[in-house]
Amino acid sequence: MKFIEGQKADDTLDLVCRMCPMHLLEPGDRLKCMTKGQVLEVLTDYDGALDDIPDWCSKCGHEFIGMEEDDEYYKFYIKKKK
Amino acid sequence: MKSAYLDHASATPVRNEVIEAMLPYFRERFANPSNVYDIGSEAKRAVDQSRASVAGLIGAEDKEIIFTSSGAEANNLAIKGIALARQKKGKHIVVSSIEHHSVLNSVRFLERLDFEATFLPVDKYGLVSPESLAKVIRPETILVSIMHANNEIGTIEPISEMAAICKDKEVIFHTDAVASVGNTRVDVGILNVDLLSLSGPSLCAPKGTGALYFRKNVRLMPLIHGGIQESGRRAGTENVPGIVGLGKAAELAKTELPEKEPYVRKLRDRLVDVVLKKIEKVTLTGHSAKRLPGHASFCFEGIEGESLIFMLAQNGIYVNTGSACASKALKTSPVLTAIGIRADLAQGSTVFTIDSDNTKEEIDHVLEKLPTIVHRLRSISPIWGKEIPAYEEGVCS
Repeated sequence: MKFIEGQKADDTLDLVCRMCPMHLLEPGDRLKCMTKGQVLEVLTDYDGALDDIPDWCSKCGHEFIGMEEDDEYYKFYIKKKK
Repeated sequence: MKSAYLDHASATPVRNEVIEAMLPYFRERFANPSNVYDIGSEAKRAVDQSRASVAGLIGAEDKEIIFTSSGAEANNLAIKGIALARQKKGKHIVVSSIEHHSVLNSVRFLERLDFEATFLPVDKYGLVSPESLAKVIRPETILVSIMHANNEIGTIEPISEMAAICKDKEVIFHTDAVASVGNTRVDVGILNVDLLSLSGPSLCAPKGTGALYFRKNVRLMPLIHGGIQESGRRAGTENVPGIVGLGKAAELAKTELPEKEPYVRKLRDRLVDVVLKKIEKVTLTGHSAKRLPGHASFCFEGIEGESLIFMLAQNGIYVNTGSACASKALKTSPVLTAIGIRADLAQGSTVFTIDSDNTKEEIDHVLEKLPTIVHRLRSISPIWGKEIPAYEEGVCS
């Protein structure tokens, strides 16, 4: 896992308290509304996302920049590549 | 025999238009809305359309509605869902002492999980004072829940004032609007609330339906875990026919409310005026003006509400003693206790809830039978005739 700090994002998707697999459904929809090169921040408290989101990024062809851990949730950063 | 159903707070008849809208979703359009094939998508579109209708009734956005199985579930989801999602910020919750059991018992459950609750008192009309709310909010307060209108005494609370106090202090505000949605105008923007519960059976939709409004960006811990239904906030295959029925009922309620409100108010005012004039020693409970338009609640001195309900029913008149769920428990209503009504007088509590399907003739039927029945019950009552004030001294201001 790549841990980062202070990453800026163009948009944030708050999925805290939302059930699995929303963390694999909603980022795709949100990225469709963004332009290539922009960064999406995904907030989730679901532990399974630690494996799922990097895998999902490689399957979908987006760049997984890294993650930051907050007190209450994880912040994942995805760069739209296509 | 003439009859008059005046217990619409307990249940409303499901409208024919609602039943017609639901029927195809039991038959040819039975598919699961989560399925990707065409008949599944058709069911999903119907759910989405109903979501828009329910949102439209209360001035919300479609995405801010979660369908539930009842108003009680909506209240549980609001109270426990917010408490569990925000517990790292604090564990203090404020509710009024006259909330529905689904709010009070959710809070009592949370107390067992080390949450702390403050139960706000009310005045003799059942009104919560915004000033008293402001005083009890502290840095660890995460949620305030005050009902929009009380089902038992009809009083409408100053919700927007209290919600503004909470907004200022960054505390989430929930209101239980089960008694008011469909009976008076309810707009989440005007009320300024973060969450609002409503129930299908209060607005001519089938039992087993309800919804929770939650303002965008409010985090809510799900109570039912499973799949992705309701955007991952409430698992379980959607009750498509029920949801379609609720959506149709919401559409009808929105269209008809401007005419319904003055109509039922007129019937209610006539009922109240004549009862207070014709029958001695009767107390109108709740606020005389700040109350639901079709709601009239009385305490008849010297008689038991249950006996009165029974004798009225023998004459085709259907009313209630208090909240439908509490009346079977045969204990003094906590709402009447909170507004300071004397315990023996509270036994004579009777609630009339009028809707647009009631007529002037039905109210006349009640006004013809009620005084005679009250007189007869008092003639055999061991406590009738004693001179005691209606309200307990020093309980409420």
